[in-house]
Amino acid sequence: MRKRLLISVVTLGVLAILGFAALAWRPAIAPIAPPAPGAFAPEVVAKGAALASGGYCAECHTAKGGQEFAGGYAMATPFGVLYSTNITPDAETGIGTWSEAAFARAMQEGVARDGSLLFPGFPYDHFTKLSDADVQALYAFFMTRAPARARAHENGLPFPLNVRYLQAGWRLLFFRPGRIEPDANKSAEWNRGAYLAEGLSHCGACHTPRNLLGAERTGHAYAGARVDHWIAPPLSAANPDPVPWTERELAAYLRNGVGDLHGSAAGPMAPVVRGLAALPQADVESIALYFADIDHAAARAPSTAPAVARAMSYASLGTGQETDPDSRLYMAACASCHYNAGAPLAVRPDLALNSALNLPDPSNFIEVVLHGIDAEDGIPGVVMPSFGHALSDGDIAHIAAYLRRTRTPLSPWPDLDKKIAALRTKTEASEP
Amino acid sequence: MTTLHINRRAITIDVEENTPLLWVIRDVVGLTGTKFGCGIGLCGACTVHVGGRPTRSCITSVGSVGAAEVTTIEGLDSKGEHPLQRAWIDLQVPQCGYCQSGQIMQAAALLKDFPAPSDQDIDGVMTGNLCRCMTYVRIRKAIKRAAAELRGRADG
Repeated sequence: MRKRLLISVVTLGVLAILGFAALAWRPAIAPIAPPAPGAFAPEVVAKGAALASGGYCAECHTAKGGQEFAGGYAMATPFGVLYSTNITPDAETGIGTWSEAAFARAMQEGVARDGSLLFPGFPYDHFTKLSDADVQALYAFFMTRAPARARAHENGLPFPLNVRYLQAGWRLLFFRPGRIEPDANKSAEWNRGAYLAEGLSHCGACHTPRNLLGAERTGHAYAGARVDHWIAPPLSAANPDPVPWTERELAAYLRNGVGDLHGSAAGPMAPVVRGLAALPQADVESIALYFADIDHAAARAPSTAPAVARAMSYASLGTGQETDPDSRLYMAACASCHYNAGAPLAVRPDLALNSALNLPDPSNFIEVVLHGIDAEDGIPGVVMPSFGHALSDGDIAHIAAYLRRTRTPLSPWPDLDKKIAALRTKTEASEP
Repeated sequence: MTTLHINRRAITIDVEENTPLLWVIRDVVGLTGTKFGCGIGLCGACTVHVGGRPTRSCITSVGSVGAAEVTTIEGLDSKGEHPLQRAWIDLQVPQCGYCQSGQIMQAAALLKDFPAPSDQDIDGVMTGNLCRCMTYVRIRKAIKRAAAELRGRADG
């Protein structure tokens, strides 16, 4: 009896291992001789260039100061550091020997040419939604880049997370391959927006919270998440901004890097605006339309006028004989540029309406005060200076608390001093 | 090497990216109209325009400016005859003068945003520009005079 039980358990175990191996095993696709750049039609390459920009490929596949797409960019994940790979057509260290089929399998199924399973730091869970034609255009674009010799940096993942076979388990749980199906009840523009947001531009990769295994929590799509030292705000109806993100406001923000009623794109959102710049206006408007639907902007539209009126009513605050030291600090350091009266101006981002001030977590506010916004980010050609060396943690905490207290009806941010000190240390540590 | 655009001139310099723009303007380029006041962005004496917006150059790094257009007091008007500069002279605004180039640069941005500024608008936008000689009342008057002139031009 005991012997029979043992045999059954062993058999089941062996079957499970065999089943898992079958699941995990993907064949290699035969290498090819790198195709000549002239083999691709220029209009397809141009289309691929725009798609690569709208998918921010260069953001992760380029190391600081390195050749574009040569990889080596370090991504800190909760599991360890992942290094992006070389996606230039170098035969030895890049994707030069990848056929179009191999490239398409990587994009749409997350499997490398040699059959190994890619880590989901590469957002193939989004790229699986890309159309075959778009994947072809991306292939044409990458195969016509200048090859760079740059071997992939070894990932900093501990055992057993570094075993690629085990990714089969993750894929079984969280990965659903397949192209995006248009929703027949929605307009063509909405469906285009969904395609770009869910697929190419992979908005959820930052704006959707992840579970303990690093997969997006699909039941909490666009509920907001922490990204690096920043907060990717909710894009759903849970967005706490006083003014809803309407199609018009979001389209302006994505196109110009700033919205009159929300402020500038900064931090990890700044490259998104630069990336989308290669897509036509209609595409950006489609993305805006899609999210205006998701965040119920139409239902929240009546809150716009009162929120703007309230923001403008603060114009007189602190301009007279001011006894509140927090207010004096704010007036001296910030008001010269952030003062508004009458109507908000995009070039003077209004802090009462600003996303950063209305989030439950002060990280974005603190990051911008510490490091400012470069001319190439946010409003093009305009700089917000960095106050990191000018203001102490205490000064920044006073300004943050003052603005939260006087410009929003929200509860105070707790532990500001500690949070500021922590962000100062973290960001200084991650700078070269 | 970094190429800056100051007063519509491209200037290539060799400094660290985190060098304050003010140091470059004064010490490298040699435009000394812009003044060093507090060094922590709280007095306004170092105000220049970056991309047409008033910017405290003492806490703005050269790296963050990149190719954006920088305008100093020397570049506000090629002949030094901006309506604000003339109003400043007519009304004898400065006393010691140290903060005044920053005041004028800040006021020039104010007039773009608020063509007919109220006292409250002027106080709101100019409050970060300190003047230890207390010329504030004359500054306010000069801003209003320049605003009226600019509006007159726009109407004509």
